Amino acid sequence: MDTVNIVIDGVDIETGADKTILEAALDHGIYIPHLCYHKDLDPVGICRLCMVEIDGRRLDVSCKTPVREGMRVRTETEEITKIRRVAVELLLANHPTDCLSCSGNTKCELQRIASYIGIDDRRMKSLRRKTVTLPIDTSNPYFDYDPNRCVLCGICVRTCADVVGVSNFDFAYRGYDSLISTFMGKPMIESRCVSCGECVARCPVGALRPKAVPQPAREVRTVCPYCGVGCGIWLGVRGETVIASRGDPDNVVNKGRLCVKGRFGHEFINHPDRLTAPLIKKNGNFEKASWDEALDLVAARFAKCKPDEFAALSSAKCTNEDNYIVQKFTRAVMGTNTVDHCARLCHAPSVAGLAQSFGSGAMTNSIGEIRNADCIFAIGTNTTSAHPVIAYEVKEAVRRGAVLIVANPRRIDLCEYAQIVLHHVPGTDVALLMAMMKVIVDEDLQDDRFIEKRCENFEAFFESLERFDLEFAQKTTGVPKELICEAARSYATRKPGMLLYAMGITQHTHGTDNVLATSNIALLTGNVGLPSTGVNPLRGQNNVQGACDLGALPNVYPGYQKVDRPQIHTKFEEAWGTKLSDKPGITHTEIFDAIHDKTVKVLYEVGENPALSEANANHVYAALEKLDFFVVQDIFLTETARYADVVLPAASFAEKDGTFTNTERRVQRVRKAINPVGDSKPDWLITCLIAKRMKKHGFDFDNPSQIMEEIASLTPSYGGITYKRLDDRGLQWPCPNTDSEGTPMLHSEFFATVTGKGKFMPLQYKPSYELPDEEYPLILTTERSLYHFHTATMTRKGGLEVLRKCELVEMNPKDAGTLGLKNGETVRVVSRRGEVNATLLVTDISPVGVVSMTFHFAESPTNVLTSDAIDPVAKIPETKVCAVRVERP
Amino acid sequence: MDSTLKNVFDSFQGKKEELIPILQKVQERYGYLPEDAMLEVSRFARVPESTVYGVATFYAQFRFTPIGENRIMVCRGTACHVKGSVGILEEIERKLGIKEGETTPDGRYSLETVACIGCCSLAPCVMINKKVHANLTPQKVAKLFKKD
Repeated sequence: MDTVNIVIDGVDIETGADKTILEAALDHGIYIPHLCYHKDLDPVGICRLCMVEIDGRRLDVSCKTPVREGMRVRTETEEITKIRRVAVELLLANHPTDCLSCSGNTKCELQRIASYIGIDDRRMKSLRRKTVTLPIDTSNPYFDYDPNRCVLCGICVRTCADVVGVSNFDFAYRGYDSLISTFMGKPMIESRCVSCGECVARCPVGALRPKAVPQPAREVRTVCPYCGVGCGIWLGVRGETVIASRGDPDNVVNKGRLCVKGRFGHEFINHPDRLTAPLIKKNGNFEKASWDEALDLVAARFAKCKPDEFAALSSAKCTNEDNYIVQKFTRAVMGTNTVDHCARLCHAPSVAGLAQSFGSGAMTNSIGEIRNADCIFAIGTNTTSAHPVIAYEVKEAVRRGAVLIVANPRRIDLCEYAQIVLHHVPGTDVALLMAMMKVIVDEDLQDDRFIEKRCENFEAFFESLERFDLEFAQKTTGVPKELICEAARSYATRKPGMLLYAMGITQHTHGTDNVLATSNIALLTGNVGLPSTGVNPLRGQNNVQGACDLGALPNVYPGYQKVDRPQIHTKFEEAWGTKLSDKPGITHTEIFDAIHDKTVKVLYEVGENPALSEANANHVYAALEKLDFFVVQDIFLTETARYADVVLPAASFAEKDGTFTNTERRVQRVRKAINPVGDSKPDWLITCLIAKRMKKHGFDFDNPSQIMEEIASLTPSYGGITYKRLDDRGLQWPCPNTDSEGTPMLHSEFFATVTGKGKFMPLQYKPSYELPDEEYPLILTTERSLYHFHTATMTRKGGLEVLRKCELVEMNPKDAGTLGLKNGETVRVVSRRGEVNATLLVTDISPVGVVSMTFHFAESPTNVLTSDAIDPVAKIPETKVCAVRVERP
Repeated sequence: MDSTLKNVFDSFQGKKEELIPILQKVQERYGYLPEDAMLEVSRFARVPESTVYGVATFYAQFRFTPIGENRIMVCRGTACHVKGSVGILEEIERKLGIKEGETTPDGRYSLETVACIGCCSLAPCVMINKKVHANLTPQKVAKLFKKD
């Protein structure tokens, strides 16, 4: 980087050529008063306090003036002091002076400036205007807005616009009446505010302030327990209670930013509903038991179980170490490979599909590369709701000039930022993508060099393209031909192009085909193996990537090493010192069928809630009742746990050490902030204790660091990962040895396939399993709310519940009109499998003919409706499309 | 979107810099800026709704409530100010139960302030529709609305 030499107040400074005077000064510990400057935002120079004298002549704002070689800067002169004094006095004249009780106290920039300049109280009094006390907005459950303390620096306005991309407020009115206002001055809770708290974190005074003000006694650096983005957080602890969470500015994933769940959703940790002691069901009721009693019972029942009668469901919420132990227990102790987890219900097609085409089923590129893409193609992802911090990056890319193409049946938030929006019929992704590819080939926009050098099987794929002409695509997808062409041209020509997708692609009976279509289009345009390109499945849970990596899957050991490959089988038998089965186990969806058939009789369930998350929930409820013995290990008594014979209380993420692997394959350290609540224990320890009671070896771990050592010794892609190395930063796998710095980008030279080439896959369009008909005329598609997570066991414990209270059936005004239904009324949604009541929300976000629901709410269990028809390869149920009718109950 | 709004948008391209002319045209059609119309303007011009509101509140020409049958303009020019027009304004606000820039719920009056009516010798004065009421006092204000 180029440097320049400047002199500030007689101090010689060498600084980056791209810095401003203010940045250079602050970097070198020289204070220049400033109010509207924030390091994360573009400077605007509106407070005029950072004025400096340059080269003995002109005055200018230091926050907007770039450094120049030989520049001589004075931060204070008589004239500057005068200007600053007037500006600060005018700000302070009507500012409250109850600093001690203000939450901004000690962090307040205005306080700092006042003490730097020195304020004359008598002069202040003469400047005071007639006091107008404006009402404080206390409508948000997590923070208040007090306009009386606002200094109009606009940091919140710029944060909301440029960091979060919501633009919920702006300057309103004029002169003395100026204030920061939402649209129509609405209270926060009624505004577009997404409660992320980014503005609150940046407010330099006490105007936007958190409701909970106590300062933490200590802070612990760890990783957010919600989605797959894997944001770094600092948990604030006071006594034995987690009271706060803030973004870790040094974490490369989120760079200090968070969403509402990450910043405020920690209320579940010390919630009174937490399980604090083992429970044993006696005569239909749960009774508290000692660990000895519970573990003896579990060990005795497990010991009697034959290998094929046992199944384990591990957890994408738990750490890598927890998952490793569960799969090792299932394989080494119980003698079966039937261990699976909820990745089966979300990204199994990504693992299966991308393994075929690229050789590795994970995000090819990294989150940090998104902002530098010139084209972003977001298909089947409502990123703003499900991966909010990745959505910040997408919006940043758009701000930097990237073209955003959004393909989604619903008019999701990202559509507002997109240049091209494709609203296709749910389940027609293959038709849409293949038609785009046909346009690319017809117009000769493909990357011939890349195809020739790095790919194979192009001819077979090319032949299969023939069927996807624009007429067919328009008819099938409902997207106008011109838009399909425009999207195809943009993605093929605006490079680098990054493709993001999520469950809109995977949760179909043709989910694997959908995934292959995304890899085809990336290969066709040469958008793989370069920075800011690739096919990027956004993983849903905090550690779903890790749970897959660590072998909580029925066909592979840790590191995707196949159980039926002889040398792998031998390797694990030797390492674990026991006989292992070489027969792949059955999948998540198949386990419930097997319970119905009485082939599986014992289920060990760690941190999952299939009663709400599994498609065709009634089928699951019936299965859970048929089990001979059912053990649930969780932090709350979930809807699933109610069916259990024994419930074991687990420690939450805040109470244990370990690692999570985020969606971009980054392994990060999770650190214990408080002791396990009540009598709960970390998951890895509980499983080890069961194994030890069954007199099995290989479970004598004192801490998770030792488990990671075993993982590294058996898992090539995690070979170089140790706790010591993870201390100050995460590492992205493949990280084969301790010399490796990890791999931010996959396939840069070779694909991970056997031949080293990216494989084109010929595809056919297959309609969804259940299409609307006369009796069930609407398509139901499932979605997520920003304010809740998965089955909401963690998010329905406080303020998030205020932000979103209940299930909403979103329906287009046209459909509501036809059915004579009104916004806000309770409706009954009926499918072939069951019925659910919920509140109707009439909105044109939902297209005609499609209704959508989340599955967060136990009182309206949406998955009672969904279809359990599965993808033949990945065995994922089709939760994105089923036929329903909506009626008055 | 109703046809009135569609007609307005037809004469624009939907660019950010057209925001003020669009708002002026919308106000011309409706007499004020309805909330829903501002939301549509925000979408059409691709400007955040908070910015639309910010711009609309910055300029005195825009109003957010329908105009009443009778338009009251309180002069806030220098001469009227010196002669106590603040008190006149406050008295009218108290009397009608609305603030400057608002309209009574029955739609009979809307209240606004203007910089100068141009008859400083009669200060403080108020114009109701086209009639100027001169040399007012708070007591006289009460009488202005008595006959209604």
